[in-house]
Amino acid sequence: MSMVTLTIDGREVRAAKGATILEAARAAGINIPTLCYHPDQEVKAVCRICVVEVKGSRTLQAACAFPVAEGMVVNTQSPQVREARRTILELIVARHPLECLQCARNLNCELQTLAAQLGVREAPFARLEKQYVPDTSSPSLVRDPAKCVVCRRCVETCQQVQGVGVLFPINRGADTVVAPPFDHGLLDAVCAMCGQCSLACPTGAIVEQDHTRLVWQALGDPRKHVVVQTAPATRVTIGEEFGMPPGSIITGQLVAALRRLGFDRVFDTDFTADLTIMEEGHELIKRVKEGGRLPMFTSCSPGWIKFIEHFFPELLPNLSTCKSPQQMFGALTKTYYAEKQGIDPADIFVVSIMPCTAKKFEAGRPEMTDSGFADVDAVLTSRELGRMLREAGIDFASLPEEDYDLPLGISTGAAAIFGATGGVMEAALRTAYEVLTGRPLENLEITAVRGLDGIKEAAVEVNGLVVKAAVGHGLANAKKLCELVSRGQADYHFIEIMCCPGGCIGGGGQPIPTTNAIRQRRIDAIYQVDRDMPIRKSHENPVVRTLYEEFLGKPLGEKSHHLLHTHYVARQRYPG
Amino acid sequence: MRFYRAHVLVCAGTNCSLKGNRAVREALIREIEGKGLGEEVKVIETGCFGLCEQGPTIVIYPEGVLYCRATVEDVPELVDSHLLKGRRVERLLYREPTRPVAVQTVPELDYFKKQVRVVLRNCGIIDPDSIEEYIGQGGYTALAKALAMKPEEVIAQVKASGLRGRGGAGFPTGLKWEFGRKAPGGVKYVVCNADEGEPGTFKDRLILEGDPHAVLEAMAIAGWAIGANYGYIYIRGEYQLSIQRLERAIEQARRLGLLGQNIFNSGFNFDVEVRIGAGAYVCGEETALFESLEGKRGEPRIKPPYPTDVGLFGKPTVINNVETLANIPPIITRGAEWFRTLGTEKCPGTKVFTLTGDIVNEGLIEVPMGITLREVVYEIGGGIPNGHKFKMAQTGGTSGGCLPEALLDVPMDYDQLAAAGSALGSGALLIMDDTHCIVDVARCFARFFLHESCGQCIPCREGTLQLYHLVDGITRGTGTRQDLELIERLSRTMYVAPLCPLGQTAPLPIMTTLKYFKDEYLAHVDSRVCPTGTCRALATGHAAD
Repeated sequence: MSMVTLTIDGREVRAAKGATILEAARAAGINIPTLCYHPDQEVKAVCRICVVEVKGSRTLQAACAFPVAEGMVVNTQSPQVREARRTILELIVARHPLECLQCARNLNCELQTLAAQLGVREAPFARLEKQYVPDTSSPSLVRDPAKCVVCRRCVETCQQVQGVGVLFPINRGADTVVAPPFDHGLLDAVCAMCGQCSLACPTGAIVEQDHTRLVWQALGDPRKHVVVQTAPATRVTIGEEFGMPPGSIITGQLVAALRRLGFDRVFDTDFTADLTIMEEGHELIKRVKEGGRLPMFTSCSPGWIKFIEHFFPELLPNLSTCKSPQQMFGALTKTYYAEKQGIDPADIFVVSIMPCTAKKFEAGRPEMTDSGFADVDAVLTSRELGRMLREAGIDFASLPEEDYDLPLGISTGAAAIFGATGGVMEAALRTAYEVLTGRPLENLEITAVRGLDGIKEAAVEVNGLVVKAAVGHGLANAKKLCELVSRGQADYHFIEIMCCPGGCIGGGGQPIPTTNAIRQRRIDAIYQVDRDMPIRKSHENPVVRTLYEEFLGKPLGEKSHHLLHTHYVARQRYPG
Repeated sequence: MRFYRAHVLVCAGTNCSLKGNRAVREALIREIEGKGLGEEVKVIETGCFGLCEQGPTIVIYPEGVLYCRATVEDVPELVDSHLLKGRRVERLLYREPTRPVAVQTVPELDYFKKQVRVVLRNCGIIDPDSIEEYIGQGGYTALAKALAMKPEEVIAQVKASGLRGRGGAGFPTGLKWEFGRKAPGGVKYVVCNADEGEPGTFKDRLILEGDPHAVLEAMAIAGWAIGANYGYIYIRGEYQLSIQRLERAIEQARRLGLLGQNIFNSGFNFDVEVRIGAGAYVCGEETALFESLEGKRGEPRIKPPYPTDVGLFGKPTVINNVETLANIPPIITRGAEWFRTLGTEKCPGTKVFTLTGDIVNEGLIEVPMGITLREVVYEIGGGIPNGHKFKMAQTGGTSGGCLPEALLDVPMDYDQLAAAGSALGSGALLIMDDTHCIVDVARCFARFFLHESCGQCIPCREGTLQLYHLVDGITRGTGTRQDLELIERLSRTMYVAPLCPLGQTAPLPIMTTLKYFKDEYLAHVDSRVCPTGTCRALATGHAAD
């Protein structure tokens, strides 16, 4: 790689040709403040906080965008730079609501941090606040344009990463606002409710719909039997809410914490993840044997479901009819578990701890009431659970490790890896191979479907049939796979789609920050969880076997069909 | 070919159109036919003469007699008297305020004496809808000549001419073409920036209305020079007449093989397409223009990369202003040496200015670079009307600075106006007399930028809002000295920090008015007095010392 030498703040710095001033400075340990910059995104250079002096240039240059050159002389701390940086920050603050104390992003806000870092003490500019009503139409997300600094990180996420394009700058100049087309509410747009925008947002302009109040209320109601389930991905992320490094495995502490909050039973979504493999695996086998619609898409990611309903309704028959593990769990808790425990299902309140904002939308879908009640009553994201635990004063890091309750707390390593992209595919292949061949799978770890590559492929020979599988994560990749399928150019049997980049460990409800580097560490952790489990194949889960014996009968049986499977709705691409 | 004993040229620029030129022209044709002069006298629509204030204007050749403010009712007398009996119609002749007698003919006019018409060489002379008339004036010979040269030779000639971009930035045109030529890539584009959005600027419109082929010819030359086979003209949607004439000109050029395949049997192919803008000021910025052309929200891109490397549709692109392009054919035919005899050493050639505001002769002029503001205002513009005094001139449009009387002798070119804290910009000259309140004027400019900021970068989006709010406060009598300091600090930041020139120049009119008219600001702030009585919230009269 060819290198150049430049001077930054009087220090000679070597940097790769083509690097930006920001990259060169950071590598040399010189910190230039930023706001719109995001390590996983294209350079936007719109906040101008990172402006620096480049000798020979009349104007200041944005360090995040300006390429280094041989002999370049850069000053990041001149009086002119400091004045500009401060003035720009004061301009932002002048129109930003001073509601930090009530804000969901209090103490985890990039604007707040920047103001503290640059020591903003004065407010010289008039407070010309934006007059916007928060958009609360979505069951998953709340958008408050008044808090938006129009950095456009959510725009890139929504358009490029997710291929949805609901969020876009509309209007001009000081009236510019990031919003769905025609300033409609998110509910009326083609929003997948994935919440990736809430991860990208540096402030509190897009946050999750808060269910904590609902959950506190249920926990405080003596008539309610409050049951909680924890999604696979949450056991490797919740620690970050308490300052633990990304990739910390906190399964035992999570269970202990939930008990201390007062949940009557702490169960695990991993249990129904194993159940999903049984149902979905048999569904795939049936489709292959009986000439059903192929390829079959997985259906556990509700953002993906909403996306395909809007953008590829013609492919709905390709979707597995299996409910997601969250919804299977709710349906079973209010039937099988209620019956077994002799509790009136009307008194059971099911709470999910999810990495996901779309799960809130999913829980509210009218189809999800097969038990006669809402399968799931409240959905808490990792971030909301963090808030409840802090409110309860629970010192998370010092908690002992505890075990899940029986029976719906027993799971396998195959269920845990549902939390990472490729995990459902890997779990399904582990089971499909053994069920169909009757032989044990020699190497359980199907690494071809792991990792952060956007689209991954694998082929496994099962009884002479080469099963071709594809895995996509992030809706832009889902779109590519859908287009292939739509055009008849995909000869896959089975396609796993996870709405969020990296899978659920990178879900829109996960702790902030969530970057690709952090996603990778969470993925590493989830595979560690898998390796540490005594059972690593879904069909070997003893409680799942019992469930079939005692209650469901057989996969794809009458009861399964009624409780564990669902249907989909073709939605408009351009809502009226 | 027919010969006529007289030609009646009716200006068909937009300004004269607004004053009813079409009805006058039709009445002239009817009257001439009616008097049986149809075989002897020809009526022609031409581009702008420049004296827009005096429209509709008519020039009758061979004498070159100029008639102003002609109406349909005047037509029978004009035909009967001038064309039939050979007597000039005294009452319709142009009267200069400084001269007791009416001016009879075009060459006699002070308005034209200091003007040198290179860009406007055909405006007001030929029928813009006639490619034959353009060719009759030597049109398309530059293209023929260029195609016989190597592209590098064409670029060398443009470089040698010293021509600099007339859109406002003043970048050397030849150098830009050289970058475009050297940029790797098979597909390249030539784009003509006709999104003239600077308030008070209408030169590009009148060039396109008066001589559309000049721009087409230049674009083809640029295409040959850089290796592009396709060009786009991005033009303001409001410029309906320019659009019509361009479309017609493109059709004519295609018909004669001057656009299209194998032009002049050279093997070179070039075609042009007109694209219409939707009215955002920022789309005059070249990269925002590309975004708009590509069908996206018009917002400037980060530079580098520059358009010559990554331009329209990601391809190397040379983008030139209308006036810049109109200079190209004469440079090719007459040579770089000739071009350098005009203007200043660092800014050779002429500049087209649009004169507006408190000035006798509002209109379009073309003068050598380096002419002083004083010459333009008093010798060409005819001075300040209604007995008022000159107060200031804003050069370069809304994003330019405001110059006081003390700077009337600054030679006007890119470098010298920049040194004075203003800009040559697009060539708009807005003259204001002493009845205008400088703070109120600054407020209007600030409001313009508040409206036109694209909203992409923070210092411009938020800065234009606060700047307007601060200046507006002063006109309402709530301003303080701290506000003035804050305006200065904000202006300093806006001058250097925004992403594109829109934000960077937005504070210029505020900075220059504050610099040159500080006392007037202080009267508003300290004594709550507006010396001109414009700001109604304040007292009128002169501030006590």
